[in-house]
Amino acid sequence: MKVKILYLASLREQLGKAGEDLEISPATSTVAGLRALLMARGGPWQTALAQGRALRVAVNQEMAQPATAVKPGDEIAFFPPVTGG
Amino acid sequence: MAVHIQTKDFDAGAEIAALRRGNPKIGAVASFIGVCRDANDGTAVTKMTLEHYPGMTEKALEKIVAEAKARWDVMEVLVVHRVGELKPTDQIVLVVVTGAHRGEAFAACEFIMDYLKTRAPFWKKEETPQGARWVEARGSDDEAAERWNSSKADVA
Repeated sequence: MKVKILYLASLREQLGKAGEDLEISPATSTVAGLRALLMARGGPWQTALAQGRALRVAVNQEMAQPATAVKPGDEIAFFPPVTGG
Repeated sequence: MAVHIQTKDFDAGAEIAALRRGNPKIGAVASFIGVCRDANDGTAVTKMTLEHYPGMTEKALEKIVAEAKARWDVMEVLVVHRVGELKPTDQIVLVVVTGAHRGEAFAACEFIMDYLKTRAPFWKKEETPQGARWVEARGSDDEAAERWNSSKADVA
């Protein structure tokens, strides 16, 4: 299935990428699964997305949890804790 | 309810006047303005860039405003948040809440700011004499937002 991924703020700089359209296996059905898939790329991916790093994820522009489902066509954004205001 | 994300500055006086124009039921207007400082964590800040997540930002803010309106008896709410490059003394954010009485308006205004700081997808990058750095989220902001979960504000 195809999903759209966005990397925002400091995460975009660490990964050197603002986003990508990715074809993933339907077995990667959750946010946690997608994060693990991306971490497996190694290098900055492994570092920036490592467990324990403060990271937030939104699915279709709503805050998500590790167990949140990922479906075909979803927009999944990874970003650091917010600092507006 | 209105939420505006914009690069241009805002005029709080004009915004407040527009928000309460012609409404004789309003007895209180509470507002907050966040401003860009010239230092953070002991380091000089010469300018900052505010980034956001277009689409999600508006949704997140509308949800926060809706929650404030559900919790407190207020009338109109306006949130204006700037993005892009800002310099010290520049205005960053404006929240205005109108209501019949001050208690509910004050509480709703503070709640909106506390939730905005922890749930709206904005990020600040500061320019300092040592180079650029992303602002780190503060634990105190999480605590400020968290206290609204334990009890409704102390207003009757």
